[in-house]
Amino acid sequence: MIPSQHISAMVSMTMLLTPYSTVTTNCVKPYPNCELKPGPLRRSDANLGRPQNFAFLFPPPRQGRTQPQSLVGAIQNSKDMALRFEILGRFNRARAAKLTLPHFVSQTPLFMPVGTQGTIKGLTTSQLEEIGCQIILGNTYHLALRPTSELIDELGGLHKFMNWPRALLTDSGGFQMVSLLHLADITEKGVTFQSPVDGKPMLLTPEESIQIQNRIGADIIMALDDVVKTTITGPRIEEAMYRTLRWIDRCIAAHKRPHDQNLFGIVQGGLDPVLRDICVKGLVDRDLPGYAIGGLAGGEDKDSFWRVVAQCTAALPEDKPRYVMGVGYPLDIVVCSALGADMYDCVYPTRTARFGTALVPEGVLKLKHQAMAHDTRPIDQTCECMVCKNYSRAYIHCLVTKDAMGSQLLSYHNLFYMMKLSRNLHSSIVEGRFPEFVCKFLQKMFPEGDVPQWVCNAMEVAGIDISSCCSPFPSS
Amino acid sequence: MKFSIKAWSKGGGRAGVLQVGGHAIETPALLLTTRKGLPNFIPPDLLSSLPDPDSRLLQFSPLHFSEGISLKTISELGGLHQMLGLKEHVFAAVPRDSIISLPEYQSANKMGASFETPCGRLLIKPVQYMEMISSMKPNMWATLADEVPAWVSEKRNRTSVDRTVRWLDECITSNVAANAGGAVFGSIVGGSKIEERKRCAQEVAKRDVSGFCIGGFGLGESMDERPALLNAITESLPQDKPRQICGLELPEEVLQGVAAGVDLFDSTYIYHLTLGGFALTFPSDDIAKCYSGEQLCDNGTDGTKINLKATVYRKDTSPILEGCKCYTCQNHTKAYINHLFNVHEMLAQILLEIHNTHHYLGFFRVVREAIKRGTFQEFRQNFVESRRDRIFAAALSA
Repeated sequence: MIPSQHISAMVSMTMLLTPYSTVTTNCVKPYPNCELKPGPLRRSDANLGRPQNFAFLFPPPRQGRTQPQSLVGAIQNSKDMALRFEILGRFNRARAAKLTLPHFVSQTPLFMPVGTQGTIKGLTTSQLEEIGCQIILGNTYHLALRPTSELIDELGGLHKFMNWPRALLTDSGGFQMVSLLHLADITEKGVTFQSPVDGKPMLLTPEESIQIQNRIGADIIMALDDVVKTTITGPRIEEAMYRTLRWIDRCIAAHKRPHDQNLFGIVQGGLDPVLRDICVKGLVDRDLPGYAIGGLAGGEDKDSFWRVVAQCTAALPEDKPRYVMGVGYPLDIVVCSALGADMYDCVYPTRTARFGTALVPEGVLKLKHQAMAHDTRPIDQTCECMVCKNYSRAYIHCLVTKDAMGSQLLSYHNLFYMMKLSRNLHSSIVEGRFPEFVCKFLQKMFPEGDVPQWVCNAMEVAGIDISSCCSPFPSS
Repeated sequence: MKFSIKAWSKGGGRAGVLQVGGHAIETPALLLTTRKGLPNFIPPDLLSSLPDPDSRLLQFSPLHFSEGISLKTISELGGLHQMLGLKEHVFAAVPRDSIISLPEYQSANKMGASFETPCGRLLIKPVQYMEMISSMKPNMWATLADEVPAWVSEKRNRTSVDRTVRWLDECITSNVAANAGGAVFGSIVGGSKIEERKRCAQEVAKRDVSGFCIGGFGLGESMDERPALLNAITESLPQDKPRQICGLELPEEVLQGVAAGVDLFDSTYIYHLTLGGFALTFPSDDIAKCYSGEQLCDNGTDGTKINLKATVYRKDTSPILEGCKCYTCQNHTKAYINHLFNVHEMLAQILLEIHNTHHYLGFFRVVREAIKRGTFQEFRQNFVESRRDRIFAAALSA
């Protein structure tokens, strides 16, 4: 399958790990950041021979083995990366790694809570540290509005501003614009929108987005991509994918701090495997510190969702982190981790807390429900967080939706649950018991054995045997 | 519960020690207001960052639990301390909390007292109240009172005293009283009438209670008529039992209470400050500083507190108060808190409540020091005057 005769010696090691970057046959370091000129994507890439069957999307499962440390280390010490990604353990496609960022050494797979406006709603930074949060997301759109990226820069960057000693990630601002502003429009120049402050027409270009993120100072910054909903069909998706590739070049050119901020590219392409493949290859060509899989978690059916994740994780380089944007349900995170993804973010745990819902191994617990008023048990008997150790469901029930303290306590528990899930994913892979962990997870969540079909399909591709969790006649 | 007095100061004021719930708490002391047993904003795991044991005293109103959770469930959970995960804290129950449990004197009748709460207007009879106390098991509890504002008729005022004393008897002789445990604080009312206040205090003093809860203040009487009323009450009470009061908010009002010989105060000052975005900055950790003519801040504040919503703090990277040891000042800047207020984030109130509580507890500590040194009268005079001067000067320069 790998046309090894085309590969020069210098890239051979890279090729072993990224079998589907074969398009870059003659390029060792195609786009060094400082010399980049924005230009059209090389259309020739699109025409390179593609097999007609899509078996290439699902490579045979790699037998569990640990990546030799020295090999991984040798590849990543590129001067354009401000991170180190060292894989400590594997099971087939799943991997547990040490991700070293400028402000913090973290462990993947990991979940990143979303602190939209420079804070996770209702939690202090000391609580977040106690819970075990490693990387927190800040929303560029909101921060650029208030208190403005210039102010954050003047006061020493977002880390200093909010006194968060660990790692931060900022998104590009594009998604919020498209989802929050009625009159946002995307052109080749950038995202045009009406300023929510005074109604003036404004433009967010890739350059501007990167500049704002440079000022905010997060460890990881995201390229501005042309994101479309997965429920949309037609040529718009293709247009968005190619534009994303054109914009990544502009983002790379505008990035002034590659030595301490990692620019991640975002793979778009809707649910079309051909488009996704083109996008992956185009981004991998640019040799970025990490890659995100975007455009998902927007209402598409789960069966399409996991296939896109599987295809992208198979095609993205082994030695770089992979971030699935917007993925937050615990089940989705377990499946994506099995397929080889490393990082996740979602507002779900904190948002659902404010509506009175707690995350538990069995799924969710709706504390608003009348039955909770008499339940003297903790939210989750197996949870060691401050909330479960001290409070009963009945007390939380009388707080939720009426008192701020209720959503504070639930947010604390939900984030603790997500960070515990992250830690368990990491340690179970490192300690060689990942399949057992997955089975136990599914058994708790589906005690009747009614594991959804999409999960079964995904686990098959991931090479994890979950037959012990599924009842003999699963409903499809 | 045990109470003993350690020092008196001329001009009023007594410093004592209240032994309750395993803690030795020095008085005059501040009871922190809570909503459903937990602070309004401070998460329970950050309560321990506040000064100990000053921050152990928590006041709550049993009426907060009128809906959402049943008394039976509270009993099953083992009472308030278990339910709130605050086993080392001291809970004082008072039906009125001045924020969401407000006495409604017009709907009260001979059967019970009326309160405006988020669950509507509730009529609470002594037997109902005792059921609440017995399932919640607080360390201290005030008896049910008919609190009336200062402007009611003499007849209504007299009725409130009669009712309060009768309900006190019903509370302490009720068959659940023994089960409830906790120290009983007899409620004293009487509005703005000195005679009625004296009468009520004398009646309550005859009963077998562990302390006294002075009610009916902060409901329309003026600050000028208060000292006479307070003195009338405390002169009729035995010296060796603690006196608690509700409804005195500001530092100046607290000092009035201290001068009259009150030992325990609850105050909604911190809550209202926090909601408004104010952080206390008046010097209180050093008596000398309270005396000195502090240089006025030039940004239009009155030197006693700052409003963190003001744009002047947008880029201010200093803590709220230099040298303050609270969690907020050790970790965050005015600029950050200003941003949090601008974007309506809950964290703003959390951080402010921590600072304001820390600061106000510090004020109480300074008051206790002044009493122990015998200089309370001087301290009070200087404090009130310097605050008045600052506010006056700030108003002039505005």
